[in-house]
Order: sequence, then C-alpha cells, then structure tokens
Amino acid sequence: MEMTENQTFTERFDLLGCIQCGRCTGGCPVTVRTNLNVRRFVYDAYNEELLEELARAAEIWDCTACHTCAVRCPKGLKPLEVLIGLRSLLVESGKTQPSVRDALESVFREGNPWEKPRATRSDWMEGLDVPIAQPDQPVENLFFVCCTIAYDPRVQVIAQNLVRLLKGAGVNYAFLGDDESCCGSEVFTLGEEGLFEMIVEDNTELLNGYQAERIVALSPHCFTTFRTRYPNLKKPVLHYTQLLAELLEQGKLAFKGGLAKKIVFHDPCYLGKQSGVFDEPRRLLKAVDGVELVEFDRSRERSLCCEGGGGKMWVESESKKERLAETRIRDARALGADIVAVACPFCVLTLEDAVKALGYEEEMRVVEIMELLGELEVDQDKTNPA
Amino acid sequence: MTEKPKVGVYVCHCGINIAATVDVEAVTEYAKGLPNVVIARNYAYMCSDPGQLLIKEDIKEKGLNRVVVASCSPRMHEPTFRKALQEAGLNPYFLEMANIREQCSWVHEDREAATEKAKQLVAAAVSKARLLEPLTSREVDAEPSALVIGAGIAGIQAALDIADAGFKVYLVEKSPSVGGRMAQLDKTFPTLDCSACILTPKMVDAANHPNIELFTYSEVEEVSGYIGNFEVKVRKKARYVDVSKCTGCGACAKECRLAGRIPNEFDEGLGKRGAIYLPFPQAVPAKYTIDPEKCLFLTRGKCGKGPKCVEACPAGAIDFEQEDEIVSFRVGAILVATGFDVFDPTKKPEYGYADYPNVITGLEMERLVSASGPTGGNIVIHNGEEEIVPKDIAFIQCVGSRDKSVGNEYCSRVCCMYTAKQAHLVKDKIPDARVRVYYMDVRAFGKGFEEFYDRVRREGIRYVRGNPSEIFRRGNKLVIKVEDTLTATPLEDEVDLVVLAVGLEPRRDARKIIELLRLSQSPDRFFLEAHPKLRPVDTATDGVYLAGCCQGPKDIPDTVAQAKGAAASALIPLARGKVAIDAQVAEVNEATCRGCGFCVSICPYSAIELVTVNRMGHMVEVARVNEALCKGCGSCSAGCLSDSIQPRSFRDRQILPQIAALGGTR
Repeated sequence: MEMTENQTFTERFDLLGCIQCGRCTGGCPVTVRTNLNVRRFVYDAYNEELLEELARAAEIWDCTACHTCAVRCPKGLKPLEVLIGLRSLLVESGKTQPSVRDALESVFREGNPWEKPRATRSDWMEGLDVPIAQPDQPVENLFFVCCTIAYDPRVQVIAQNLVRLLKGAGVNYAFLGDDESCCGSEVFTLGEEGLFEMIVEDNTELLNGYQAERIVALSPHCFTTFRTRYPNLKKPVLHYTQLLAELLEQGKLAFKGGLAKKIVFHDPCYLGKQSGVFDEPRRLLKAVDGVELVEFDRSRERSLCCEGGGGKMWVESESKKERLAETRIRDARALGADIVAVACPFCVLTLEDAVKALGYEEEMRVVEIMELLGELEVDQDKTNPA
Repeated sequence: MTEKPKVGVYVCHCGINIAATVDVEAVTEYAKGLPNVVIARNYAYMCSDPGQLLIKEDIKEKGLNRVVVASCSPRMHEPTFRKALQEAGLNPYFLEMANIREQCSWVHEDREAATEKAKQLVAAAVSKARLLEPLTSREVDAEPSALVIGAGIAGIQAALDIADAGFKVYLVEKSPSVGGRMAQLDKTFPTLDCSACILTPKMVDAANHPNIELFTYSEVEEVSGYIGNFEVKVRKKARYVDVSKCTGCGACAKECRLAGRIPNEFDEGLGKRGAIYLPFPQAVPAKYTIDPEKCLFLTRGKCGKGPKCVEACPAGAIDFEQEDEIVSFRVGAILVATGFDVFDPTKKPEYGYADYPNVITGLEMERLVSASGPTGGNIVIHNGEEEIVPKDIAFIQCVGSRDKSVGNEYCSRVCCMYTAKQAHLVKDKIPDARVRVYYMDVRAFGKGFEEFYDRVRREGIRYVRGNPSEIFRRGNKLVIKVEDTLTATPLEDEVDLVVLAVGLEPRRDARKIIELLRLSQSPDRFFLEAHPKLRPVDTATDGVYLAGCCQGPKDIPDTVAQAKGAAASALIPLARGKVAIDAQVAEVNEATCRGCGFCVSICPYSAIELVTVNRMGHMVEVARVNEALCKGCGSCSAGCLSDSIQPRSFRDRQILPQIAALGGTR
C-alpha cells in the first residue's frame, strides 16, 4: 500500500481495476461467521462520499488480514487493504476501540503492543547465555524474536528452545536483545499508517546497521511483514523453519529419541498463503522418529485461517457463531490427531483456546513446532556442526 | 549521382492527427528554405490518391529527383509512396520519410515545441534525402512447396487448401495421429455437431491427398534459408512399427503386457492404453506406435519370454531395430499451426484439482461425455469413496484466464461456450442433474453463441454470477466457496463434480518453434503476428505464417478461417514463383574488410559468411552478405571495426548528416 499525498482512495487501492468477480468474498474465511463482504467495500469505496460511513461499519474489524482475497484476486488488487484503509480513517479520527488505542500506544512507547516495558523484552533469555548482536561484529543469522514470543509466557518457549537447539547445532547467530522493536505487522493491519511508516524506517535502519548475512524471524507475521512491507531492508529474511530445514538437509541437525504421535500441521496464513513456506515445517516434523504426519483436507494454500491476525488480538468479534479455530480443532479431532502443530505464536493462542472451549484438553494439544522439537534432544553424534 | 538534388517536401495533416499539434503551414514554409528543396506543400492526407498525385505531378513538372514525405511511421506507408515515385518514373529508393506523427504529434502536447521538432525532423530527412542513391530490388525463384507444422484442424485445413491449389505440402505432426485438439472434442458449440464426424473426413483427405506428404510422429529439427527457399530437416521418430506392413488390426495392443496400464494422452489420462497403441479409434494413419519410454522391451531389454506384440502381429510389422530417420526438403513457405495446451489447474491449488478425482478440466469432460471416450460417453466419476453418477454438478469459468495471479491476463474466448455446451450435454445425459455455472461475465460473441446461451439457460442450467475462490471436501461432497455477487451472498455449495473451464495457453514446448523460426511472442506468450489488424497471419519472418491457437485462443470457425487466410498468404510466393529481395540490405566493401568475422557472429539472421577472395594476388577472407536473408537491421554495421559493412540507404555518409541536422555532430 504505497502512499502518495494526492492519490484518491480509488487510485490508491486501484478500485477501478476490480471486476466484481467475487473471488475475494468467496474465499474470505470469516464470511461463515460474520457479515463482512469485502467485495462490497471495494465496490462502495469507489464513492468517496461514502468513505466515512463505510469506516464506521463494525465488520471492517472482522478481517483477519489472512490475505486470501489478495492472493486469489485475478486483477492483482488487495481487497483487505481497502478495509485497512477504512480502519485508517477511523484511527486517524481517534475513534477506535480503547484496546486498539492502548496496543498502538504501547507500540509507540515501548516497542510492543502488549503494554510491557521495553526493558523486560529480553527477560525470556534468562539463564540461556544468548549472544547479543553488535554492530561491528559479523553474524550469519540475526534473529528477530517478535513481541508476542518475547513477552507472552505461553510462547516464550519458542525462542528458548530455539536457542538451545542452535547451540547444539553449532550455528553462528545472535539476537537483538532489548533493541528489538515491534515489526509493525499488527500496527499496519490496525490501520495506524503513520506509526507503521515510522516503525519501518526505524527497524530498517536498525537491521541494516548490523553485519548480518540474513535475518531469521521467529513469527510468520514479522517474517512476511519484513519481506513485503520493508522496501529498503537490505538482508534476506527467513522464517526459522526454513533455517532449521536447511540445517537438516546439510546434516547439521538431527533429533534423538522419537515421538510416537499423530500430528497434523496447521499452515499459518502468514507463513503459507502469504509467503509460500509449506514444506519446511513439515520436513522438520517428519525428521522426528515415530511421528505420523497427517494432513487437514484444507491444508497448504487452502488452509483455514485461525483468526489470530489482522489486529484480532485486540478486537473481539461480535459473532456468536463458531470460531474458525474451533472448526479447525474439530477437523483435527476427526483426523484423530494427538497434536496440532503450528509455526506461529498467534495460531498457538487461538487454537489452544479452541481446544479448551471444546473441552479436548485430554485428547489433544496445540504446540508450536519449536516447542515440540525442544522436547527432543539434539543428536550430537549425527549432528555435524560445520 | 551526377544530377543535382531537387527535393520536394510533402507535409501531411493526417486529418487532425498531425495538424492539431503541429503547425503544418509553418513546417511547410520552413521546408521551403532548406537546401536543395524545390517545392514544399502540405495536404490533408498525403497517402490518399489526390495526395499521391501531388507528388507524381511535381516529379514530372518540377523535375524532382528526391522526395521527403513528413507524415507517419514508414512501417505502413513507405511502400505506398515508393510506389508513387516509381509510377512517376523515379527510383523508389529516392524517398525519405520524416515521422512527425508517432514520434511527434502523438506524443507531444505543446504545439509550439512540437512544430519546432517537426521542422527538425524534416530538415534531417532532407539532409539524408539529398544523399540517397538509386537501388534496385531483385527477385529470386521460390520453391513451389510449403511446410505445415502441426496437423490439428488449422494445419489440416491449410495443408488441404495449399495442396488443392496445386502445390506440394509437407505436413508434419508431432503425435502419432493427425487431428489435434479438435479430435478430442465431443460435440462442437453452438451447433452441436459431432466433432469427430466433421473432422475425420478432413483427416483422411489430408492423409490421402496426392500433393500432401504426411509425417506423423515427426518433428521439425532444423530450418534455414529464407522466403521462397527454406531448407527443412524433419526427424521421423522411430515407431518400432513398419507402417507399410501394419494393418491397424490391434492384435498387438491386446497382447501388450502393459495393456490398460498407461494413461492415454488422448483421453487426458482418464483412459488407459498399452505400450503399443493407437491413440484413438479414428486415428490417421491407423498405424500402431510403441511408446519407447514405457515399452518393457525397449526400456529393460526384455519383456517376459519375448515381446508378445511381435508374436501377435500377423503382418510381422513390429521392428525393434527401427531407428529415427532424418528427412530433408526445400519449401517456399512455412505455416505454423502448433495449437495450444490447456491451463494446468494445479497452478491454482485452491481448486483442489490435484487432490480430488471429481474436480476435472473441461478437456477431461470432453472425453468423459464422448462416446469414444473411456466411459463410452457415460458421465461416471469417482468421488473419493465410490463411483457415482454425479447429480450436483458445477462448472467454474475463467480458470487460468483473465487471471493475473497465474500470469494469464487474456480471455481464452472458448470457455464460456464450451461450458454452455458441456452443461447442455450433462443435462441431456443426466436429466435430473442440478447443473450450475459459476461465471464472471458470459462472453457469447460469435455467430449463434448468444442464442445457444439463451437455450442452455432455458434448459434449466443455473448461471450464478461469482468466481469461486476455493474447493474443499465435506463428507463425500465437494464444497465450493463462492459469493453470489448479484445478491451479495457468500455460499458454500455442495456438489458431486466440479468442471474447471480451463483456459488456453501456448504449447509448453513453444520455445522450440520460436527458436527454430525466430518467432516473437506477444505479451500473452502466444506467437506474435506481423500486425494485429492488417497482417494477422504473417510473422516478422517473411515466408512464415501463423494459423490457429498458436497465435492466440480461438474457436473452430475462427481457426479454420485463419488457416484458410494463412494458406492464401503462403500461396502468394508459391503461385508467383518468385520473391522480391529488398534492396536496402547490408553491403561489404571487400577492399577494406579485414575478414575478422565479427559481423558474422553479430548478425541475428545468419545472413553473413566469410568467403575467400583474391585481393591483388593475395587470398584473403572477407565478409559476404546473403541478400535474401539480410533484413537491413544494421547490427553488423554498428559492430564493424573498419566501417566496411553498411546497409544501403543507411550508410554513415547518409545518416551522419541526418543526425547532424537533428543537432548532433558529425
């Protein structure tokens, strides 16, 4: 969504390019539970006089920014960005929900949307002896943790286990420590354009300032945001599953002990649909002895959104219909899966809530891949550090 | 050049195309003051008869010996004005055009600046015109035969027309039988006549025509030469069956150990064949072929106690010793009719084509409804659990067409109508089926198309406006996620069968033909015609013509029309027996050429070779231009280290003054 001062709303979102085919709304995962019809917004927003009224529509906050509409659009439009553009109008006028306002303010002040102090961002590292990147020291893999993983005790384990595994595999790496700030993924989808622009500028300068060969993001949201919305970022960006799959292939990583479980992998929208990373997480799971990997019918490009993105962490849906995360967990149950594996902190939170809501805690659990791999020992004999 | 140059300048208004932006009067007045200009005029349409007459009369009355026309790009009207000069008795190459339309009036808005630019362009043209030399174009004999590549309906029709006109045709087809895509179709829209019934006679005619030499299971390997004189090499792939002995009885295929094991390409993989096979019952020639990649004997060296096909063949036609054969011949014209491939729907994974057996393509549907197809025309599909006769059937239009996300922005033109036809056939065969068509727009533009669309809707086919986004499974049903855009209702439609109306794409191996014949592609990747409106069957390579879907998606009537058009164009050099060689080609100064061969490597048309000449008693190598191949592009001249090779009419001494007049330096 490139901004230029004198572009109209219609020009900015190429609304005249739309042929009203309906593929956006047809593919939109939330239409089964909310009134959102993104095509109608693309159609109506052409009338600039209607914009204010459209921005007040509650359903613009139902969009999870899964990007299905954008991926499928035959004319290259990004319908979800029209909704975000409308959110921007509201954010600009200061009429957003308090929870949204607080999250955005927290990003502005503390560099994270969770209203946590910046000074505690690295608390998860305690006792792990994590190397911190220095601008004058070359590093192969510069890790970017993500606010949610850094602060949420439920998912901090992702970063912690990753560090243990990296040490075992003899990888050259460093983390950013307290200098790391929010990537802005959710700031963007919440419609705070000015703040997002600032974040992009600051983070670009920060990240370009290190002698890193590449950046490895732990969350698919940071990963995709860096890839697609940071035009001046000079380093290649990977998701950690890509790095680990690479280590597997090079014989630098192997796991000891097995896990006799039936696992189904849930493709996070930001990792799969938006960035085309489908095989690496599966390769990691298959590398574990005893794992029986099964597939959802709706997998890979057809994966069902968990409703964790698009700022939904701060905006509660008004719909009383079944959450998509619950649909997903029901599908996993029908497959007889013991474990629903994911590779995204948001998916962990939404799917785990669904397991609880459905009362399946006894039968299955939701784990981030890193959580699972952390429970195994790295096989030092087979692992061959370069 | 003994005569002093007397230049006439003619400024064209082109209606208001030029005159609205360029002050043509001012340009005319300016031209009058240029050196050697005897007369300058302007006129509304210089290319019109009265316009040309002005030039012709001035040549006669004022004794003009050079003409400058300031109008449009020379692409269209240089031949027009050259002809006018010739008719007035002047050498046609004494013409120079100043392009004050495409390169001036059309691209500028500031009238004053545009007028100044037009003046400069005219001054430059006059500078060059004074230095032009008379040239003579030559003619060479044309070989009275044609090569047609591809024996689908386009290639067959073109071959028949050329052959009927009395010329020899070499018809080369890659697969074991002629017929192409049309042979795979069941009925044809909008008339519903049976595709095989109207095609088969033509297939047989092509095979039996005394003027047509048919090469099936063959590929063109090499083409050199130029219009009127192409040298062609064709590889006849080994069939491992002696076609002179094979009677097409089929005893071999019954005995093949792989019979019924290999997906049959003709049935889009829905039916199965053996390693020795006839692609379809009406195949022409009705001769069997052994698939060398599958045959056990050819791949492993043994097939049980001995190939059973050999034992079974009563004619002793099977010959495992057979080898590929290279055949060479000369032709005057080449017609490309290589057809299309359908869009590969695995590129749209959201439709689950690779996941669900009951998501099929339109071409697969053709085989499924065809009486000669794998199910004998019964619409039976597997829904992942069992074989069923589908009762809820959905067609999805525009799969792989009008879709930037897969790189195909174009409309494939035939899918709306083949879907309507298939929906009709389904309803005909399964009367209680509920059939719906998901569409974005219905394009029923051809003769009888809209009427057919009306008929099909009234038969109870439900048209729902919305392009589906996703297909997934629920129980033994497929769920289509789609919005009915007319009521703004998101739907999850449960069906038994989805037919994807896949669009048309260039052949996956089109690159081979492009390299063979130096063809260009339009942005849609189909072969590019010489002019989108006025030369739709020609290519940038003289003597090479296009027909059918290799040039762009089209239906059968349009394909046949284009094939007949291409045949008529190809017949021009054949019938005339001669082709003109352009005079504006490169020329070598053999006295200064060092024979370094740099131009030979640069020339994109392979028109230059090194030859040994006697230069004052010394045998030296120099470059020599094959004037028939040279296009006068000037690449050689730009590269030549000793200025020894230069295109006529574009010699340094002619174009440097022209550049100087534009403000450059010599």
